Amino acid sequence: MKDQPTNSERRDFLKTASGAVGAAVATGFPAIISGQTVTNAIKVGLVGCGGRGSGAASQALAADDYTELTAVADVDQSQVDNCLRSLKRISKTAGRVKVETATQFLGLDAFQKVIDSKVDVVLLATPPGFRPLHLGACIANNKHVFCEKPVSTDAVGVRAVMAVADVAKQKNLSLVAGFCWRYNNMIQDTFQQMESGAIGRLVAYYATYYTSPVKPIPPASTRPAGMSDVEWQIRNWYNFVWLCGDSLVEQAIHSVDKIAWAMHDEPPVSCVGVGGRTIPAEGGNIYDHFEVNYIYPNGVRAFMGNRQSVGCYNENSDYLLGTDGTCTIGRGPTPRIEGKTNWAFTGQQYNMYQREHDLLFASIRKGQPMNDGKRMATSTLLALMGRMAAYTGQQVTWDQAMNSQEKLFPDHLDWNGTLEVKPRAQPGITKLV
Amino acid sequence: MLVAGLLLAAGLLLAAAGAQESGAQEAEERANVRRIYDRIAQADRSQARTRKPAAAYKVTIPNTTVSYDMASIPAGEFTMGSTAKKDEQPPHKVRLDAFWMQAREVTWDEYRLFMFASMSDKPDGGTARKDETVDAVSHPTRPYVEMSFGMGIDGFPAISMTQHAANKYAEWLSAKTGEFYRLPTEAEWEYACRAGAGPPPAGSPQLGDYAWYAANSKGKYQKVATRKPNAWGLYDMLGNVMEWTLDQYAPYLPGNQPGNQPGAAVNPWVKATTPYPNAVRGGSWNDGPEMLRCSARVASDASWKQQDPQLPKSIWYLTDAQWLGFRLVRPAKIPSPPEMYRYWNSGLEHEEQ
Repeated sequence: MKDQPTNSERRDFLKTASGAVGAAVATGFPAIISGQTVTNAIKVGLVGCGGRGSGAASQALAADDYTELTAVADVDQSQVDNCLRSLKRISKTAGRVKVETATQFLGLDAFQKVIDSKVDVVLLATPPGFRPLHLGACIANNKHVFCEKPVSTDAVGVRAVMAVADVAKQKNLSLVAGFCWRYNNMIQDTFQQMESGAIGRLVAYYATYYTSPVKPIPPASTRPAGMSDVEWQIRNWYNFVWLCGDSLVEQAIHSVDKIAWAMHDEPPVSCVGVGGRTIPAEGGNIYDHFEVNYIYPNGVRAFMGNRQSVGCYNENSDYLLGTDGTCTIGRGPTPRIEGKTNWAFTGQQYNMYQREHDLLFASIRKGQPMNDGKRMATSTLLALMGRMAAYTGQQVTWDQAMNSQEKLFPDHLDWNGTLEVKPRAQPGITKLV
Repeated sequence: MLVAGLLLAAGLLLAAAGAQESGAQEAEERANVRRIYDRIAQADRSQARTRKPAAAYKVTIPNTTVSYDMASIPAGEFTMGSTAKKDEQPPHKVRLDAFWMQAREVTWDEYRLFMFASMSDKPDGGTARKDETVDAVSHPTRPYVEMSFGMGIDGFPAISMTQHAANKYAEWLSAKTGEFYRLPTEAEWEYACRAGAGPPPAGSPQLGDYAWYAANSKGKYQKVATRKPNAWGLYDMLGNVMEWTLDQYAPYLPGNQPGNQPGAAVNPWVKATTPYPNAVRGGSWNDGPEMLRCSARVASDASWKQQDPQLPKSIWYLTDAQWLGFRLVRPAKIPSPPEMYRYWNSGLEHEEQ
């Protein structure tokens, strides 16, 4: 293995790169922008003001010297306040946080008000159940979109997203997905090695996403008197399948997406899966572990293990096994390939979240739209397919997943409304719909 | 969303807190520091007759099987800095009181007791041993990702924590053990590293005997204390992981450091006034020999958490600093409660980018 870069080199790079939040510009892409004399502002609206939405907004502001955040949507004013406060602490871009009280929108229809507020770009960062609805409205109203992953919590939504992505293409709108590893230069280089045959023909892909629980639901006793079902579930969105899609779809999808990438975004034939819950769901209906085995047309297998537990072995890695070697990602700071070819990533790693926005805004400036629509939809469906197999205990084909009629997102959603929590899936009993 | 991300709940809470609320929070924290102080003072009184000063000893963290060794560092005077690099100049005299220092870098075995110690949301409802004083110390939020990045847990050094997190670990361990711990000052760290004689010169054939660094680390950190210790029984002062100190990273200049005054600076500590940069020492598995020197200094940087996709960013994790850990010292003289509070809240960590 090659020597790693020295820490001072690494540090220098990191320092540069962070100066680059703002100056990501200096490190590559922004030449595209800074070379021009564009001064017209790009108005950005944010839908979903949580931690990730706020992060995405900070990256949008840093991506281009003339982006302005002009409108935000959430269901909770305190989220809006925290978001704007955090953004205004970033001195380099604070002056372009131009969200007046009149353009802070609250409620389940707030996304539409952001869209209608004459923004050019919308950042979608709510819980994923809302994504098909929000994305559809954005594209219908000719907005460029940054769309966080996953893009739906059911196949009905995936099909809607696929159709909308085509419309975005016809309308020359940019649609960039938050499948961030696709924008990580270290992982890009690693996959490029494999494209060049560094491990021979891929035989199997084993990915792990064993982590701590994400946003566990508080005890039901803490639910304030009078809080509606809908509000309670949205405030604790990670614990409800219709909102988050379950951990395989919401978190481990980063690894599912890398599997899709390695398979050139071609679908598998079928998959089987196991999953369940080892600790009480406390009124939620998600699992806390999945293990899915996919089989591809050429006989290649992909294995995806995912768990969210406390006190267990944690790992977030990828093992790509080829006829001539193996590629390992996530066992140590940088990927490596061993076998006929021996390689390790030694370059500088850029901030992938920033890069997503650098490219998005550069594409808008240049009038050369990007469109991640198809692959963001197929990666989401790939995870949903694994969930279907685990929930039902059946083998699920790609066609079955693609044609699934299961619709989790309610037709009519009222903030004050009642909403029954569907029972947690039981393999062998729960039917594939 | 919520990618390789870390959270933040604590960050949000802090951000949400108004000035009044944070004032109340500080008062609460100070009261708890007072309780920790009382515990330490009491333990000190009961041990005063039996413990020999200046002896190495072993500590088992109460109610666990995890232990660590303390090496005894004598009081003394040394020349801090060097002429090798600009930020190490000028060399200047420093005098230090005696202290103990952890012989090894803090391992995941130790740190995870703290990191995953918030049992209030323990899913099976099991009861951790209740200790209100210990529990009142703020704890890291649970990371979304695996924080060893596949480099190993058992016996390996803890990494990627903010200085704030290291400070809170010191406070937690103090409450837990009844002994006062804190990060070393930069001067203490360098003094301990030099260990009277100083380490083998950089680039000499022996460096690999003492240190894990780029030439022998195979691109990752290694188990602690698997190379030779220095003359004072301290392992991995150079290499393996860099180590946090308490000081703001600042030039050795009059005003910052009384080094140019006649005589030696006594127990210097450059208190942080901004979140970055703070001083980090010792070089790591990722460095060449030029950084594996007792006087070499590194300045912490906000970009060390660029992989955190959330805003505000976590006050606990530096996802990109996979070569950064720490060890603690225990001064022979127990500080006052206000001093303790200052040591444990030196980091000024907040969510700004």
